[in-house]
Amino acid sequence: MATVIIPTPLRKFTNNAARLQVRPGTIQDTVEELTSNFPDLKKHLLDEQGRIRSYLNIFIGNDDIRDLQQERSAVNEGAVVSIIPAIAGGSPDFTKEELARYNRHIIIPGFGMEAQLKLKAARVLVIGSGGLGSPVLLYLAAAGVGTIGIVDFDVVDDSNLQRQVLFGVDAIGQPKVEAARRRLEALNPHISINLYNTHLNSHNALDILQDYDVIADGTDNFPTRYLVNDASVLLGKPNVYASIFQFEGQVSVFNYRDAAGNPGPNYRDLYPTPPPPGLVPSCAEGGVLGVLPGIIGSLQALEVIKVITGTGEPLSGRFYIFDALNFESRTFTIRPREDNPLNGKNPTITTLIDYEQFCGMRAVEERALKEVTVKELYDLQIKGEPFQLIDVREPHEYDIVNIGGELIPLASVSANSDRIGRDGKVIVHCKGGTRSAKAIRELEEKFGFTNLYNLKGGIIAYIDEVQPELTKY
Amino acid sequence: MIIIEPRVRQLLIEDALNTFPDECCGFLFGREEHDGTRLVVDILVVDNSKPGDKTRRFEISPQDYMEAERHAFLHDWTLLGVYHSHPKHPAIPSEHDREAAQPYFSYVIISVMEEMGEKAIHLRSWLLNDEARFEEEQVLDYQYS
Repeated sequence: MATVIIPTPLRKFTNNAARLQVRPGTIQDTVEELTSNFPDLKKHLLDEQGRIRSYLNIFIGNDDIRDLQQERSAVNEGAVVSIIPAIAGGSPDFTKEELARYNRHIIIPGFGMEAQLKLKAARVLVIGSGGLGSPVLLYLAAAGVGTIGIVDFDVVDDSNLQRQVLFGVDAIGQPKVEAARRRLEALNPHISINLYNTHLNSHNALDILQDYDVIADGTDNFPTRYLVNDASVLLGKPNVYASIFQFEGQVSVFNYRDAAGNPGPNYRDLYPTPPPPGLVPSCAEGGVLGVLPGIIGSLQALEVIKVITGTGEPLSGRFYIFDALNFESRTFTIRPREDNPLNGKNPTITTLIDYEQFCGMRAVEERALKEVTVKELYDLQIKGEPFQLIDVREPHEYDIVNIGGELIPLASVSANSDRIGRDGKVIVHCKGGTRSAKAIRELEEKFGFTNLYNLKGGIIAYIDEVQPELTKY
Repeated sequence: MIIIEPRVRQLLIEDALNTFPDECCGFLFGREEHDGTRLVVDILVVDNSKPGDKTRRFEISPQDYMEAERHAFLHDWTLLGVYHSHPKHPAIPSEHDREAAQPYFSYVIISVMEEMGEKAIHLRSWLLNDEARFEEEQVLDYQYS
């Protein structure tokens, strides 16, 4: 015979017997013998389909029958079979306050408690807490995403408030991540927020991203976009991407694994190579309509929620463009490229690279331009020394504020090269120093200028350090 | 009705506080009177073997369960039930507690709430009725006779 040890909770169904003798055979035979002798035991041992209940463990000696042959495991003469209830449980998934807070989610058919639980369990990393990051963070926090990481190195500037609705006047001068946390905690006390007050780079990206399930890239420059893309692909994480410029916004979901586990296309399938540096200006240089990041960032938050909850069809393998001027939307199909260096046929990128260099930024910096600081410019001005000052910004910028330079917008510098002196010092400036650097390179390459100096930090640095009474924009 | 010795009650609260913000868990031992009154005289603290996040779930390994049955047998006590904590949640059984609930066992739940930086403890006990629903069991503080 073999012995079955009945656990305390089930003894009331075995006339308080703790040990029962059964004939050798299989576990199946043992269970049949027990339930025929003690019919009340049946519903505690077997589920409606007649299988052993998932909340019961059965051991033969020290071995779980799941590691043997399940119900067919042999019960030999003299064996000791232990029936062990799985003891488990826990706190409710949501507090009363959370259930009330998320009620409008929970009552949506096809979304419900299950999706809300997935949101609570989710960990989302939002890279950039500016124009796009503001609505993304507000909506993800409001929706109840359990853990949100925020990466940003910047501080809140007054010029951010035209579109970065996460911040108020009281946050000016503070690190964006800190101001963001205060706003989000005030909105939803049921979530946790991790801060990364740092530049995301090739050294820290994998460490930061690996703790998250979904990445939301709302950055404003190409090196970081390629960095976030590559790190997401290397770590196998979906990257919900959005970008904005002037009146146009773009959204896509990269590296999303479908039900079969196949990864969707990524940023390098869409843009195999970065644009030449300076060709696509940033929002700081080219401007952006304040409401546009609100629209596009909300779409990005929507896709994050869809990816987490598995609701609907995420924007994977597709690329969405919104043109605010004409109120037109287009959705293109993106396909994986065989020559994708990350996950194409012959991958060549297996670790993070130098993205500044990849995007041509480093090379530009290395070809040292002659520079003057705003202090040096001011000295020249007050001493009355001869020099020519060229302003390569746009006319409307010139109208807002100028420091007496000759206006030759960047696009027309070559056509107007004869207006630029060949002798003596020529100082070129723009708003922040990028466009003027591009103008100088263009003039040096095409016309062989050797007397051009870039104003470091542009007119903004000049206003900050020399003439704070001028209008900043 | 369940009576918990003051020393045992203190041990339960200590385990809940020491394990916070994770959930603690363990077994209750004692005897059951003819009128159904239960007296808890000892506990066995075991590891929360739930993989991953332990702040809202607990699991007890089969090995620890077998050890609890042995412990009861050796001391000639009855294994009366299981205790666990609900960090930041009230001492009311959750859907997860109901799913895995065993008949006969008393389920003592220790709630640890944080209020103004202080931790507030509430202890309640629950028992499955014949319809497999939890009913609250009155917890009596130990009376010296």
